[in-house]
Amino acid sequence: MSDLMPPAMAPSGTILAFKREASCLEIEGLCLAYGDKTALRDVTLRVPRHRVTAFIGPSGCGKSTLLRALNRLHDLNEDVVRQGRIRLEGSDIHGPEMDVAQLRRRVGMVFQAPNPFPMSIYDNVAFGLRLQGGLRKRQLDDAVEEALTAAALWEEVKDRLRASAWTLSGGQQQRLVIARTLAVGPEVLLLDEPASALDPISTLKIEELIRNLKASLTLVLVTHNMQQAARVSDYTAFLQQGELVEYGPTDSLFTNPRLARTENYITGRMA
Amino acid sequence: MAMSKQRGFPRGEGPWPWLTAGSVAISLLMLGALLLLLAVRGLGHFWPAPVTLVELQDGSRFAGMAVKEAPLPGGGGEERLYHTANRDLEGSPWTWVEVATIEAERHPDDLVVLERQRWGAFHGRLMALRGGDDGVEGQRKVGREDALVEGEAAWQSLVARLAELEALRNELARLRDDTILPLASRLADGENATLAAELARAEARLRELQMTMESGEVLLESVDGTRLWQPIEGIVRAQRPNAMSVPDKLAAWGQGVWRFLAEGPRAANSAGGVWPAIFGTVLMVLLMSVLVAPFGVLAAIYLNEVAHQGRMTRLVRIAVRNLAGVPSIVYGVFGLGVFVYGIGGSLDEWFFADTLPSPTFGTGGLLWASLTLALLTLPVVIVATEEGLARIPDHQREGALALGATRLEMLTRVVLPMATPAMLTGMILAVARAAGEVAPLMLVGVAKLAPQVPVDGNFPFLHLERKFMHLGYHIYDTAFHGSDVQAALPLAYATALLLVLVILGLNLTAIFLRHHLRSRHGRLPRH
Ligand SMILES: Nc1ncnc2c1ncn2[C@@H]1O[C@H](COP(=O)(O)OP(=O)(O)OP(=O)(O)O)[C@@H](O)[C@H]1O
Ligand SMILES: [Mg+2]
Repeated sequence: MSDLMPPAMAPSGTILAFKREASCLEIEGLCLAYGDKTALRDVTLRVPRHRVTAFIGPSGCGKSTLLRALNRLHDLNEDVVRQGRIRLEGSDIHGPEMDVAQLRRRVGMVFQAPNPFPMSIYDNVAFGLRLQGGLRKRQLDDAVEEALTAAALWEEVKDRLRASAWTLSGGQQQRLVIARTLAVGPEVLLLDEPASALDPISTLKIEELIRNLKASLTLVLVTHNMQQAARVSDYTAFLQQGELVEYGPTDSLFTNPRLARTENYITGRMA
Repeated sequence: MAMSKQRGFPRGEGPWPWLTAGSVAISLLMLGALLLLLAVRGLGHFWPAPVTLVELQDGSRFAGMAVKEAPLPGGGGEERLYHTANRDLEGSPWTWVEVATIEAERHPDDLVVLERQRWGAFHGRLMALRGGDDGVEGQRKVGREDALVEGEAAWQSLVARLAELEALRNELARLRDDTILPLASRLADGENATLAAELARAEARLRELQMTMESGEVLLESVDGTRLWQPIEGIVRAQRPNAMSVPDKLAAWGQGVWRFLAEGPRAANSAGGVWPAIFGTVLMVLLMSVLVAPFGVLAAIYLNEVAHQGRMTRLVRIAVRNLAGVPSIVYGVFGLGVFVYGIGGSLDEWFFADTLPSPTFGTGGLLWASLTLALLTLPVVIVATEEGLARIPDHQREGALALGATRLEMLTRVVLPMATPAMLTGMILAVARAAGEVAPLMLVGVAKLAPQVPVDGNFPFLHLERKFMHLGYHIYDTAFHGSDVQAALPLAYATALLLVLVILGLNLTAIFLRHHLRSRHGRLPRH
């Protein structure tokens, strides 16, 4: 696996630990273009299991593009051209025996803007489960409660499960979306700037939630907020103009960046 | 900015708030005036107007209602138009007189206004009534030996007799529709002695009723002294407007409006009600909605969700938008050629060959009219639905996909429910357009007179091949094609008002539905 590492990485304690991590997702030589506009250039990285990995980088560098490649959300866009390989637990996500719906249930995604469906809170959480079918009312009730509890929302909404999801606050909506995603039992959770539309308190709640979820899932987080990346992530990847510039343990990347480009970006932002 | 240089308006605003407010006010005013005109002219017709007994200087007299005044052609004075009725006596039910030549005008209480099935209204006096008194079994025919009732008693028994006639007519209609017609159709399927006996009994009862109705007549005298005998069954309504109190008139007005709504037309559409036209209009619009909704929605889904958003799709979209501007008569011609002659003609050859050459589907009818209007309103529905679909943010779609939904599941469970209000908006626009459309209907199935509504108790209950009446065409026909346009004009106004109300009712239903759907989850949040 060490050949997938960026070359300029000297061993140290945390880095040795990083090298030993078991990977959940492996991205290999990924190139992606929207028509003739290249968005990702030969990205190679692996996402360790049961860790939080953060993608940072300037706006338009391809963070969302990379994230959306991980559960094949680009499939709908006919203009997208892709090269390279992505493996989830060893199997190619573009392989012939991979079912897209199945993949998306295994790799859940939460978007920047809270996007609850125009249904009741209950129906939102039950949405993915109902798609699979085969659950009785009681099982469904239990699964909804479990998911809402895991998303730290149960206490706030347990008395109004039948109310429209659009009556919740932005922060609650975002946690509802996380609950909805957790309900289908994913192995990986992709979060694209999940807190950027929220107030500081809601942001803290989401961050705490992310840290707690690490025990059961692999998380990938895109964020513009350096402190947030530093607070919640174990590993950080820095992208610029579609290229992976530097990838490593969050502590060492923030305190001791290897490349000048990384340092400029981090210090420019953090100052 | 240049705006701030203008004087007389708040700085930086200029005249535009006033311009916009003014145009809104003018539009509303014009709409209100139109509705008021329709309401006053249409509904006023049912109010029992007083009859004036006019005596002219030359000694001639007539009874009538003043309709309008106009200046004399040569100048100097006015002339006035009276509705004097009595077409069988005078030749014309209208009389122009010079206002200056009027000697006296009186309103005697005993003047009667009779509405008759033939010859229009009668104005004059009721002298006597004979025959057909409510005797046993009502068997007596008109005869010389019948008792003659005169004066006030004659009026009383005429009123009683008319109420009785009304009941008889209802019984007759019930007997025909509920007993005789079903029996006859069952008999046609197979001979059966008991059925035949039942039918014979019902037919005997029918003849008996018809005979009872035929008895009795009244002696009428116009104010200038001409007399005539009028059979009672030919009288639709009798009033003495000058003797009526306001509550009486109100009751008569209510009854008049009710009859207008509930009865079929008489006298070549120049009198009577519009029930078949209301029924035809609503049924046609509903059928049209049922036909256009699935096609329009599917087409919009294809254009917005399925098709590759390339040059071709853009072209199709522009073409659809332009179809909305094609004159409706073109759709009518298309419907006539393709639906009526093409498809209808083939259907006749395949399934109704035994009745040819008289066409079944090969002539205008309810189905073809609804299809033609569905085609006409298709662009409206497509455009509205597409706009609704385009307004749904992509992250809602991606949210569904990210939970493992297929594209079909995403469409049916998230996108379509969110687009339903837009689809209903499209339906509202389509209904508004279709209900008021007349020109294409004239080619593909509307009839001047089709008293049988296309729904009845006989299999298959909904008769799609039948011709039907339509309020819009009824307006055109009464106002421009009757034998006595002047008399039918108030009915045209009333029909126009009714058409507006029917469209309003259909739209309110859709708006209510849309509101109901929206209020379930509130509006789309703006992110
Ligand atoms: N659907 C699309 N079609 C064409 N180009 C796109 C599309 N989506 C993104 N791009 C382009 O691809 C590049 C990468 O976009 P991406 O959304 O991945 O950036 P990002 O790092 O997520 O930016 P941000 O931090 O602003 O969200 C950008 O230059 C963008 O303009
Ligand atoms: Mg992004």
